[in-house]
Amino acid sequence: MVPIFFAYFALVSIVAGLLTVSLRNPVHCGIALLALLGHVAGLFVLLHAEFVAVVQIIIYAGAILILYLFVLMLLNLKTEERYFHRRHAWYITGVGALTVELLMVLLASRFSGAKGPATVAAVEEIGNSTAIGILMFSDYLLPFEIVGVFLLGAIVGAIVLAKTPSPADLSGDER
Amino acid sequence: MTPDMVPANYLPIVIFMVVAAGFGIVSIAAGYLVRPSNPYKAKLAPYESGAPVFHDARTNIPMRYYIIAMLFVIFDIETVFIFPWAVIFNQLGLFGLIEMLLFIVILLVGYFYAWKKEALEWD
Amino acid sequence: MTIVSTADLLAILPELLVMAGGCLVLVLDPLTAKDRKDWLAYFSLAVLGAAFVVGYWFMGALTGSPRPAFSGLYVLDAYGAFWKLLLILVSGLVILLAKAHLKLEEIDLPEFYAFILLSLSGMMVMVSGTDLLVIYLGLELMSLSLYVMAGFKRYAPRSLEAAAKYFILGSFSSGILLYGISLLFGRTGSTTLAGIRDGIAGLPPGDPILLMAMGLLVVGFGFKVAAVPFHMWTPDVYEGSPTSVTAYMAVASKAASFAAFLRVFLEALGGIKESWRMLLVAVCIATMVLGNVVAIVQTNIKRMLAYSSIAHAGYALIGLVVADAAGTASVMLYLAIYAFMNLGAFAVVTMLRRGGLEGDEIDDFTGLARRNKWAALVMLLFMFSLAGIPPTAGFIAKFYIFMAAVGANMTGLAVIAVVFAAISAYFYLRVVMVMYMKEPGETAGTPGYDVRVVASPAAIAVLLVAALGVLILGVFPDPLIQAAQSAILPLK
Repeated sequence: MVPIFFAYFALVSIVAGLLTVSLRNPVHCGIALLALLGHVAGLFVLLHAEFVAVVQIIIYAGAILILYLFVLMLLNLKTEERYFHRRHAWYITGVGALTVELLMVLLASRFSGAKGPATVAAVEEIGNSTAIGILMFSDYLLPFEIVGVFLLGAIVGAIVLAKTPSPADLSGDER
Repeated sequence: MTPDMVPANYLPIVIFMVVAAGFGIVSIAAGYLVRPSNPYKAKLAPYESGAPVFHDARTNIPMRYYIIAMLFVIFDIETVFIFPWAVIFNQLGLFGLIEMLLFIVILLVGYFYAWKKEALEWD
Repeated sequence: MTIVSTADLLAILPELLVMAGGCLVLVLDPLTAKDRKDWLAYFSLAVLGAAFVVGYWFMGALTGSPRPAFSGLYVLDAYGAFWKLLLILVSGLVILLAKAHLKLEEIDLPEFYAFILLSLSGMMVMVSGTDLLVIYLGLELMSLSLYVMAGFKRYAPRSLEAAAKYFILGSFSSGILLYGISLLFGRTGSTTLAGIRDGIAGLPPGDPILLMAMGLLVVGFGFKVAAVPFHMWTPDVYEGSPTSVTAYMAVASKAASFAAFLRVFLEALGGIKESWRMLLVAVCIATMVLGNVVAIVQTNIKRMLAYSSIAHAGYALIGLVVADAAGTASVMLYLAIYAFMNLGAFAVVTMLRRGGLEGDEIDDFTGLARRNKWAALVMLLFMFSLAGIPPTAGFIAKFYIFMAAVGANMTGLAVIAVVFAAISAYFYLRVVMVMYMKEPGETAGTPGYDVRVVASPAAIAVLLVAALGVLILGVFPDPLIQAAQSAILPLK
């Protein structure tokens, strides 16, 4: 059963990814992206990484896609600005050829790498979010707190860039 | 549970998705087969008996929406981090509480800053 | 389950100070009155001073005995302490420089100091992390702050363009870096540098996935240090950003990225040294050629300094390619000296005003010696140093890099570097020529019209520190050389 599901999720992901970058209406691109994110979440489920799958849905499909749509509306793309660059076909051919070449090199190599400590069996024993929680709040505490500082930087950065009044605004009122 | 097995708990979700997709497909297909098809120009207009359309529905929205959406994304990510912490809170005890308090205090700094800079005000 | 110990917290004391300082600046910013915002700059400087003292104490206490912390994700060693001291010093100088410069540009926001501190904490995490995830997070924290700072002049389209370009290309390169990390993890089952080294030892030589991961890491770090062919962003971003931010990018972010680059490649990928050496030699030569040749035709001083910083990344890469003790020490020495001379050059640019704008064209330097002989004199010093002319520190830096290459039987590479260093003298000395040999134009429409030098005490202090650094390190480089040699990575 697994190969069938894998083939489905992988194929739809690839097609949706291609559509995301090639569709001409930006909102359609957003919907294709939604399909892509959903199917990548499916791949995570197949890998028994349920927590990551749920995070993928909540953050990417829930929040980031909304942000993209907001940005699309901010930009207000006019119909005539939705170019399709014909010469990109050449780049795509080149990149495609390079990818096939790389794939052939990679397929020739061994795929099984060394396994880390968090194997499927070990994770299933205590449950997905428990396993992540234990690691995140003991060994990986430092990266976790750095993420906190990183998010703080993102909040302040967004406000500084979007909210700070320019000198022209400042001269008018008493801020 | 062996790694190669499909997680069987997901069968209800798969069935649910199939039913949801099937409902949409079947109703549209049934409607297409049953309804009379007689299109003309006025009928195809977005508002058949209303005002004529004069421009695109998508216009520029104010920058304010962007800040709100951005803040939503960031606090959404914060919530996701709290989830695994809540699951193992009993094992972590006081130490875990301090860890999470530190994380939340760092983000509260951002919240305080956003509040004071009137980023949450709608003018 | 391991619980964090006091020793762990002590190990990141300088980082904690800087992070807490950054958060405090953000909290205090809305609470301070508008005419007292300068206090936040002094507060940031005090935080940096405290972090410097702690870092200096670590540097002395730690020679030769790395102490792992946070279950092997972090290390407290002399190598990290050396870079941290350099980065804290640079950040302090940039804050001083910015205090005057931001007022001139009318972007006097205290958030700037907070972002310098946040960015610095990211860099400090980068240079001390021994786990690719930690290094990646530090790198992202550094970059995020730089993206925002690049767009600080948000009423100027050039600044916004710089921020957008830097952000899009930067996040793309982080994605590539992350892909490399994930391939390494898939192959070796670990993200810690030690774990990856052990994993690579058990793999057959020339493993394709390993080589691909290595290539992706070269792309990711190559972008951050602005090596050719991943340098495309550099001129536009350096030109568009406010000059004090450009100085910070060119000096601090490059130094921190080189520190992490060296640590990752020598500690984790030391086992496949022969494979990355070939790749990096090509990158290194391309970087020196393109940086030095394209810099010749620039008319904007910030663009010229951007290409010059690309070229300097090429020289510093020689130290990585050599990949031995002398090479590591020479990179550390090079970037420490480069910090002084480049910061000084950018400081002069911030002081030059043309009308209400920044005088960032080379033409604006015309006859500077007649307008302000001190500004011209220090600029001359920094240009000589960047060109590597003795007795300035720039000569010492290049000398040790080239000696490291010769010592590792890479004389060819050293010869190429010397040739391009000679070519670089052309565009550095052109600035000197313009300053000293030409008369300033006095009528409207001619170059040099209405150019003036705006000197503030803080900017003069920065220039003094940079100029004294370049002169003293040029004549008595021994203490710095010894510090670098005692702080090299323990190579395996």
